[in-house]
Amino acid sequence: MEANTRGTGRLPAAFLTPGSSSFMDFLAEHSPELIPGRRSLPEGLTVEAPHGTTIVSAVFDGGVVIAGDRRATMGNVIAQRDIEKVFPADEYSAVGIAGTAGLAVEMVRLFQLELEHYEKIEGTVLSFEGKANRLTTMIRGNLGMAMQGLAVVPLFAGYDQDLDRGRIFTYDVTGGRSEERGFAATGSGSVFARGSMKKLYREGLSSQQASMLVVQALYDAADDDSATGGPDLARKIFPIVSLITEDGFRRLSESEVSGIAHSITDKRLEHPNGPQAPLI
Amino acid sequence: MSTPFYVSPQQAMADRAEYARKGIARGRSVVVLTYADGIVFVAENTSRALHKVSEIYDKIAFAAVGRYNEFENLRIGGVRYADLRGYSYDRADVTARGLANVYAQTLGTIFSSVGEKPYEVELIVAEVGRTPDDDQIYRLTPDGSVVDEQNSVVVGGNADSIGNYLGQRHQVGLSLTEALRLAVDSLARDPNGGSPRTLTPEQLEVAVLDRQRFQQRKFKRILGSQLGRLLDGDQSAEADDEDKPAATSE
Repeated sequence: MEANTRGTGRLPAAFLTPGSSSFMDFLAEHSPELIPGRRSLPEGLTVEAPHGTTIVSAVFDGGVVIAGDRRATMGNVIAQRDIEKVFPADEYSAVGIAGTAGLAVEMVRLFQLELEHYEKIEGTVLSFEGKANRLTTMIRGNLGMAMQGLAVVPLFAGYDQDLDRGRIFTYDVTGGRSEERGFAATGSGSVFARGSMKKLYREGLSSQQASMLVVQALYDAADDDSATGGPDLARKIFPIVSLITEDGFRRLSESEVSGIAHSITDKRLEHPNGPQAPLI
Repeated sequence: MSTPFYVSPQQAMADRAEYARKGIARGRSVVVLTYADGIVFVAENTSRALHKVSEIYDKIAFAAVGRYNEFENLRIGGVRYADLRGYSYDRADVTARGLANVYAQTLGTIFSSVGEKPYEVELIVAEVGRTPDDDQIYRLTPDGSVVDEQNSVVVGGNADSIGNYLGQRHQVGLSLTEALRLAVDSLARDPNGGSPRTLTPEQLEVAVLDRQRFQQRKFKRILGSQLGRLLDGDQSAEADDEDKPAATSE
């Protein structure tokens, strides 16, 4: 575990050997025990651990918005009410996590470091596709644990500086990667969130409209999925909403999200099912 | 088999030190000095891609002179050390002091091992603190000595004359424009007393560790037009882009 200093205190040879710009590759060679997903579980055993649930994302004019609810569940128990599931991956991308919370958070830490490490070593940033592919590799490395019930299913969203637009990638447990058009959701409430966004989404949204859209979708997911938490007005726990544009990553402040959440819940008092799309 | 010549340990070390010193003296200097909001690094370097000044971690930067392949190797080792340490423990547990110690051990072992040639490099490891009093600057020489420097430091060719000039004029609490001006003036001086050269922005590599940045990573390169305006004494250029996220260098 010690980062350096075996013997004389000199940097070990592995540190000074020219090689890959990837921190994960370095870790695999030098301290493989630190890689998430490398551990093996006893056969046939299932571990009960808190799970994160719904992540939603939508593209708007000039960027992308990504949001997550705050509930973590363990079976039918609410394990945590204010868990964070949306993290900046670097200045221009973010990752939202559904699945086993402990593993997912560790995976995000390593992913953030992977991007930062590459940037420092190479003096330039990875392409957007390159970032998305690194995440694939990490999920694939976790397949063994996923098969024993500890799956991590992230959603990756960001601003592609080469193409000048927001992009969204979703993943399955095997690392299968697909780019989504317009909007996407992952996690247990994602079916309901996706249905909600399908009716509300249109091209050319502004960032404010897109933020409203994703919170509506989370509200609908929480409405029908017991593992997804809605805005908790009493405890002042609101979804985490982050915008990524050409100016970079920005997490909306609590007061901004509170404003959105209150306006939605107020409207839902009149129309419990939310805004209605035209019949045809 | 002939008997090898006896060389006294003193002589062997002196030869190695002399060898390393000559290698370093061939290169252009790097100047590091504190200013009100952090630490500024100025190097004479026409390359846009091969850096003498780089980011190591959140608050820690690295500057070097000498053989490129050797200090680049040490830089990458330092980034790996910092990232691994931050990942194993916490980001707050990565410090310039720790990094300087590891570099000192590495350089010292190489310097005194018979099988290896000494590294021809001189390094600076600096960490920006929450207040000017917490700023730390360490200078490392090829034999593994560490010097804890205050306010300003120079490494490379002409380091002595530039260091004297800088030491006399540097004051605590300079603005970025003033600090940069002073650094460039000191680099441009002719050590033989001739008229100073003119250094254009294209010939300079400038970076700062800015404690005022709201991002976790305090390192920022100052490039192109912003550098030009700062050199012209435009104070308003100091705040440039600060409310935007760090354009991920380059």
